[in-house]
Amino acid sequence: MDKKIVKVPLSKEDAKSLKTGDYVYLTGTIYSARDAAHKRMSEALAKGEKLPLDVEGNVIYYMGPSPARKGRPIGSAGPTTSGRMDPYAPQLLDLGLRGMIGKGKRTNEVRDAVIRNGAVYFAAVGGAGALLSHCIKSSEVIAYDDLGPEAIRKLEVEELPAVVVMDSTGDDLYISAVAKYKKD
Amino acid sequence: MVRDVNVNLLTDNIKEMCIEATHYLSKDMCAALKKATDEEISPLGKKVLDSLSENLEIAGKEMIPICQDTGMAVVFLEIGQDVHFVGGDVFDAVNEGVRRGYVDGFLRKSVVGDPLIRVNTQDNTPAILHTEIVPGDKVKITVAPKGFGSENKSRMFMLTPADGIEGVKNAILTAVKDAGPNACPPMVVGVGIGGTFEKCAYLAKKALTRDVSVRSDIPYVKELEEEMLEKINNSGIGPGGLGGKTTALAVNINTYATHIAGLPVAVNICCHVNRHAVREI
Repeated sequence: MDKKIVKVPLSKEDAKSLKTGDYVYLTGTIYSARDAAHKRMSEALAKGEKLPLDVEGNVIYYMGPSPARKGRPIGSAGPTTSGRMDPYAPQLLDLGLRGMIGKGKRTNEVRDAVIRNGAVYFAAVGGAGALLSHCIKSSEVIAYDDLGPEAIRKLEVEELPAVVVMDSTGDDLYISAVAKYKKD
Repeated sequence: MVRDVNVNLLTDNIKEMCIEATHYLSKDMCAALKKATDEEISPLGKKVLDSLSENLEIAGKEMIPICQDTGMAVVFLEIGQDVHFVGGDVFDAVNEGVRRGYVDGFLRKSVVGDPLIRVNTQDNTPAILHTEIVPGDKVKITVAPKGFGSENKSRMFMLTPADGIEGVKNAILTAVKDAGPNACPPMVVGVGIGGTFEKCAYLAKKALTRDVSVRSDIPYVKELEEEMLEKINNSGIGPGGLGGKTTALAVNINTYATHIAGLPVAVNICCHVNRHAVREI
C-alpha cells in the first residue's frame, strides 16, 4: 500500500477527507505545545492578547522533547497525553486549529469542538520518541522559551507517522477498535 | 565488620544508571515486547509494536532517549547494615548523580520544585529516594526513572476485608481500563496489596522493578498475577490503545501484612518503557 502523505498545515478539504483509522504520514510545518504553553495561551486570550502563533489551519503536537545532542535538531520527541490539554483545546479549535497530535482519550467537549470545526485528532505512538525524532528535520523555539521543554516550537516534519483516532465526524477509534478486540 | 563506602560511588553509579535506563530497556522487557509482537493479532497493534522495537534500536544506537519523558528519578537504596557512608550526605550524593545524569546525558528535565508554584528545577532533582536497611555490607542501587503518562493513571483503593480477592481483582481492572490508551500500553502493572496506605503504594512501585518474566513465589499471588494478565489482555485496549490483545506485558504483585480492618490495594501503572537499572556496590 502506498504511504498516505498529508500536508500540514492542514487544509479544510484534507481534514474532511481523513477518516478514523487512517494511517498517515504528516509532512510540512507543525507546532509543539503542552501543558504550560496551553495555560499561557489561554491566559493571553483571556487578556485579549494575540497568540504567539496563528492557529488557523495549523496542527499542534502535544510534545515536550528531550534536549538535542550536538548536530541534531531535537532529542527524543514522542507524544504526551492529550487529555491534559482538554480544558484548553476547544477554544483553540474554535479559533481555527485544525489538528492535534497526541495520545489518549479526549473529553466530549473536545469531540464537539472537533466536529463543530471540521478538525482532526491524530495519535502518534506513545513511547517511540527516538523513532519519531527522525521525522523532525528542524526545531525552533518561537515562544515561552523560559518553559524549557514546554516552550512552543515550530517543527518542520517529514513523514511523521500518525493514526487518525478522531476524524471530523467525531468517530473515535479508541472506542471502536477496543470493542473489536474485547473478549469477555 | 563495618565497611566504609564513599558517597561519591553513589553519585558516579547513579549518573550512569540514569543514562543507561533511559536508553536501553532491560533484557526481560525486550523479551516480553518481542513475544508480544509475535503474538499480536491486530494489524494496527502489530504496527505499533514494530515501531516500538525500531524505536528501541534507534535509542540505543544513536543515544536518543527511548521516550522524551525521561521521568522523575526514583532511586531505591538497599543498604547493608554493615555499611558506613563516608564523604558526604547520602541524599545530596544521590541528587548529584541524578543531576549529572540528566544534564550530561541530554535527558529531559521534568521536575518542578513545588507542586503548585511549578517552576522547573532545571536538573531533574530532587530524586525520589527510598532506603531500606538489609543484612550485609553491600549497597544495591535501583534507578527507575518514572514517566507520568502512566504514573497519572495509578490508583489507590482502601478496600475492606469483606471486599476480598474479588474486590482486589476489580480494583486492578478498574485502574487498567481507566488508564486505557493514556498510559502508553502495553503496560506493566505493579500492584501492592496490604500494609498501610503508604506501604501499599511502595509495594506497588517496587513491584515494577521486578523482572517481568518472574512470577511471585506465593502460589495464590502467582495465580492472581496470571489471571489478571489474561483478563487485562482480554480488555481489547491493545498496543497504543488502538485495539488488540497486548494491553499488558506483566502484572507484578507484592503483598504485605495488614490491619484486621483493612485491605489496601495500590495499582502503579507503567508504560512499556518500564525502566530500571540495577547495580550492587
